[in-house]
Amino acid sequence: MLTAPSLGYLLLSPMIIVFAAAVIGVLVEAFMGKTHRAAAQLTISIGALLLALVQLWRIRDLSSTTAAVNSVTIDKAGIFLQATVVILALIAVLLIADQENFTAQASAVPGSNEEAVALLQKNQQTEIFPLFLFAVGGMMLFPVATDLITLFVALEVFSLPLYLLAGLSRRRRLLSQEAALKYFLLGAYASAFFLFGAAFLYGYAGTISLVGISAAAGSANEVFLLIGIIFVSIGLLFKISAVPFHSWTPDVYQGAPTPITAFMAACTKVAAFGALLRIFYIGFAEAQTMWQPIITVIAILTMVLGSVVAIAQRDVKRMLAYSSIAHAGFLLSGVVALSKDGLAASLFYLMAYGLTTLAAFGIIGLVRDSTGEVTDLNRWVGLGKKSPLVGSVFAFLLLSFAGIPLTSGFIGKFAIFSAAYQSGNIAIVVSGVLASAIAAFFYIRVIIMIFFTDPVNDSVSVIIPSVKSKISISVATVASMVFGLAPSLLLTTATNFATFIK
Amino acid sequence: MQTSENLLWLIALPLFSSAILLLAGKRANSWGHIMGTIVSASTFTIGIIEFFAMQSRSEENRAVTQKIFTWISVGSFNVDASLLLDQLSICFVLLITGVGTLIHVYSIAYMSHDLDRRRFFAYLNLFIASMLLLVLGDSYLNLYVGWEGVGLASYLLIGFWNEKPAYATAAKKAFVANRVGDVGLSLAIMISFATFGDVSFSGMKDSVDQASSTQLTAIGLMLLLAACGKSAQFPLQSWLGDAMAGPTPVSALIHAATMVTAGVYLITRSNFVFDAAPIAQLMVLIVGGVTLLFGAIIGMAKDDIKKALAASTMSQIGYMILATGLGPIGYAFAIMHLLTHGFFKASMFLGAGSVMHGMKDEVNMRKYGGIGKFMPITFLTFGLGYLAIIGVPPFAGFYSKDKIIETALNEGGIKGLILGSATLLGAMITAFYMTRVVILTFFGNERWGHKDEPHESPALMLVPIGLLSVGSVASGYLLYKGDWLVHWLEPVVNPLKVHHKELLPPIVVSIMAVAVVLIGVSIAVLKYRGEQSDKAPERVSVFTRAARKDLFQDNFNEATFMRPGQSVVKNLLNIDYLLIDGLVRGVGSVSLNAGNKLRVIQNGYVRSYALLMVVGALALIATIWVVTA
Repeated sequence: MLTAPSLGYLLLSPMIIVFAAAVIGVLVEAFMGKTHRAAAQLTISIGALLLALVQLWRIRDLSSTTAAVNSVTIDKAGIFLQATVVILALIAVLLIADQENFTAQASAVPGSNEEAVALLQKNQQTEIFPLFLFAVGGMMLFPVATDLITLFVALEVFSLPLYLLAGLSRRRRLLSQEAALKYFLLGAYASAFFLFGAAFLYGYAGTISLVGISAAAGSANEVFLLIGIIFVSIGLLFKISAVPFHSWTPDVYQGAPTPITAFMAACTKVAAFGALLRIFYIGFAEAQTMWQPIITVIAILTMVLGSVVAIAQRDVKRMLAYSSIAHAGFLLSGVVALSKDGLAASLFYLMAYGLTTLAAFGIIGLVRDSTGEVTDLNRWVGLGKKSPLVGSVFAFLLLSFAGIPLTSGFIGKFAIFSAAYQSGNIAIVVSGVLASAIAAFFYIRVIIMIFFTDPVNDSVSVIIPSVKSKISISVATVASMVFGLAPSLLLTTATNFATFIK
Repeated sequence: MQTSENLLWLIALPLFSSAILLLAGKRANSWGHIMGTIVSASTFTIGIIEFFAMQSRSEENRAVTQKIFTWISVGSFNVDASLLLDQLSICFVLLITGVGTLIHVYSIAYMSHDLDRRRFFAYLNLFIASMLLLVLGDSYLNLYVGWEGVGLASYLLIGFWNEKPAYATAAKKAFVANRVGDVGLSLAIMISFATFGDVSFSGMKDSVDQASSTQLTAIGLMLLLAACGKSAQFPLQSWLGDAMAGPTPVSALIHAATMVTAGVYLITRSNFVFDAAPIAQLMVLIVGGVTLLFGAIIGMAKDDIKKALAASTMSQIGYMILATGLGPIGYAFAIMHLLTHGFFKASMFLGAGSVMHGMKDEVNMRKYGGIGKFMPITFLTFGLGYLAIIGVPPFAGFYSKDKIIETALNEGGIKGLILGSATLLGAMITAFYMTRVVILTFFGNERWGHKDEPHESPALMLVPIGLLSVGSVASGYLLYKGDWLVHWLEPVVNPLKVHHKELLPPIVVSIMAVAVVLIGVSIAVLKYRGEQSDKAPERVSVFTRAARKDLFQDNFNEATFMRPGQSVVKNLLNIDYLLIDGLVRGVGSVSLNAGNKLRVIQNGYVRSYALLMVVGALALIATIWVVTA
């Protein structure tokens, strides 16, 4: 007779809440009239995320951590990462709630009559909310998954909705759809690498669990392990936009609707780095001599290339895309460090970077002319004079990206580089500091553009944000500011939560 | 030790008032000056209450303290932001708030035509708050905050009319000269921390025996440097004359009665350092002696009434510094002279302001003359201040200055002789130049060259002056009677119980002092009686020329510091431009080029991106193969 396996519902509850809400969202989308649908969807999303957060708080000290037949481990670091995803998603959903960024009817061909009619009748579909919740659920699963199959499932669960979401822009729809298709094709390609690698790892260890792979060290075919590590890493390095698997990033960041870019940039990074940290800290820790040099090289390449190419960008979204590539490089130093400090620093960095990124993309959504968002940097000239508040907030966020002291970006960089230094990896620290210097060049150039250059006579203006965007941007900015001025608030928590359990 | 929350209010009230006045903007224009004055008066009331409370307590329980918050707590180094009100600080609290309040009242009328009167009162309140923090801080670090605060207030007020470039420059000059002193103070704090691991007055006082004499000398010299900056003592004195660019009430309050005396406070407060560091103490004497003559000589040649008074301030503070250098016995007399000087100098400055008010802001005494009959009350009050400063008994300055001269002479030997002669000579010159000021301003022929007769100032200005001149008449005797101040300060400055030997009977010293004053007055009367020209004579001796040019202090500073400094800066700028900027621009442009080149890879084709991924994967495998093989 078969006995039903024990799933550990309490530990799974945060994810279940989010997934259930996503399913309800689909039903709402199907059966509810258009008048109150958007509000209902937003309420469901926010409610589910808040509930998930409460649930995460309640399970934070549980002694048992594995659930669903050892396929997930909800340990301290896992809870912190899930909470980071949920908090960032809460801020992102308020940006996403500004419906007017999204196409009214995704199925309508760009420029067709159906599109025009849908717009005219204000027949706005709201499938973004369930898609968003599915993605969030997948992102929560990804960093706690402890076997390769669950990892793959989680990867696909959060990636597929993102491919769709990227194509939903209301304006410049062709660009948006191109981005979505590109993201999908390359994402599928990277997933194939991941699966291929997973197969090799199974061949090497005879098990798909990370702990098993770690335990098999030294007793099996090293070539299988080598290929497995590389191919699985490629799947993940793709998601975090590490060089040379970064090419999709600028195109997709630029084409996707800005709120989705914000969500992707912040939350995908957290989820993917969470999984990457877990795989390398648990699964591949025994084989560190094999992968550490290679991840070091990739980290250095990523930070240098991201910073250098960002300088040449003329589009603010592309610039931030390259900046996100550079930050992926900085974050990889935390992976290479392979220490508790490195993990704690990475957790802090992810939260700080996520908040700053959300706020920055939120601001980009406010700068418009009659045809929509203006992302051409040359037209941002003198913006600080037209709109000092928005200008100063954006300048502050850029300084935080650049890692100027008294910002959370500085604390994050400092923590992560010092962890890397303590693990003896001087090369990565030196390159990191140099890349930071190069990066500061283009961040500060933008500040000079928006503040110290006279505005050109141009129709660009800063729209008055909706209350939701206002809340979202200010919460993210204030939090980012607080973590810069009083870093110990978050750093202590991150240190307390920086444990992976095998 | 007892605590008293009143100490918090002393600082909080003017600080908040200042913030409100600055933040409220134009809305506060109609009531800003009233609030500023009321706040200042309330701090004075608190001061009075605390004074009587203190007096009613027994001698060992007089000091009170109040912790505000824990400021620094790093390992064994703990500094609380806390306040200490003892017998020494209460003297200053009363002086600052008392004279401060009178000057607030005076300023209501004096600044009534100024559009920025609210801002003026905001700065005055800021000054009161900072100065109170300076004298109430219980450690050097707390004192330092107030020290910087008064520096800021002084800068803002000297440059209050900063639309005139010369005034803005004067403010900057004061600021820079003060920075030199401030560095001294911060070094003193650092050395103290390194030596004692503590920067509080009480903590350092208790462990002063454990420090080596070198360390104490270093601390003492750095503190002296700080005092020189703030109190315009040689060689950092050059800013005070230019500081007269500020509105006259500012000159009276900050640059005569209170802030410039902070150096005297600092040295008196640090008595335990100086008493254990003879070399530093000797330097204090030298600085005081040089400055008292330096200021007096400059004072003889100045035609600008405010600059003449400023030179006199410098010289009188020289007396105080000299007194603090005389050791335990001198501190009380320094403070006594400081208090009496606060009254008579403030009264004279306000009198000068009153004259300027009636003379269309003319400051050149050569253009005055015969004003006495037009402005009788100003003349009377200025006259009382005059009698006090030159030291005619029984006016205030007589008691305080006489005591300093006496103590200096009693040092004995060559030292006593030199110090005694310097103080006596200073007294004679003071009598000379102050008589000159009075004659040129209030007597003689009318030289203002326009028909409008000078008019007496409004009551709002005259009442504060009147009250101050009561102080310049009576304060000396009150403080001197029965050695009241000496006994009052005893617990703070520890005057040795042994009585100083007297080389000359006090009465003889007093007679000598009065005699030299009479000589000085007579020379001035002989020289300046009768018709005076409204132009300064041009064919004058080389000494007069030197004095007119402030004994070349600016030329000296320019030649030794400014021009070499400028050339260093110029060279550094070139290095910065060519080397550093070149490097930075190089990084920028190299990166930009690289960025432009690398953009080519980003061609937008999915197939290229996929290819790049494959190449990357192969490269990875190849690399690991090589590394692990």
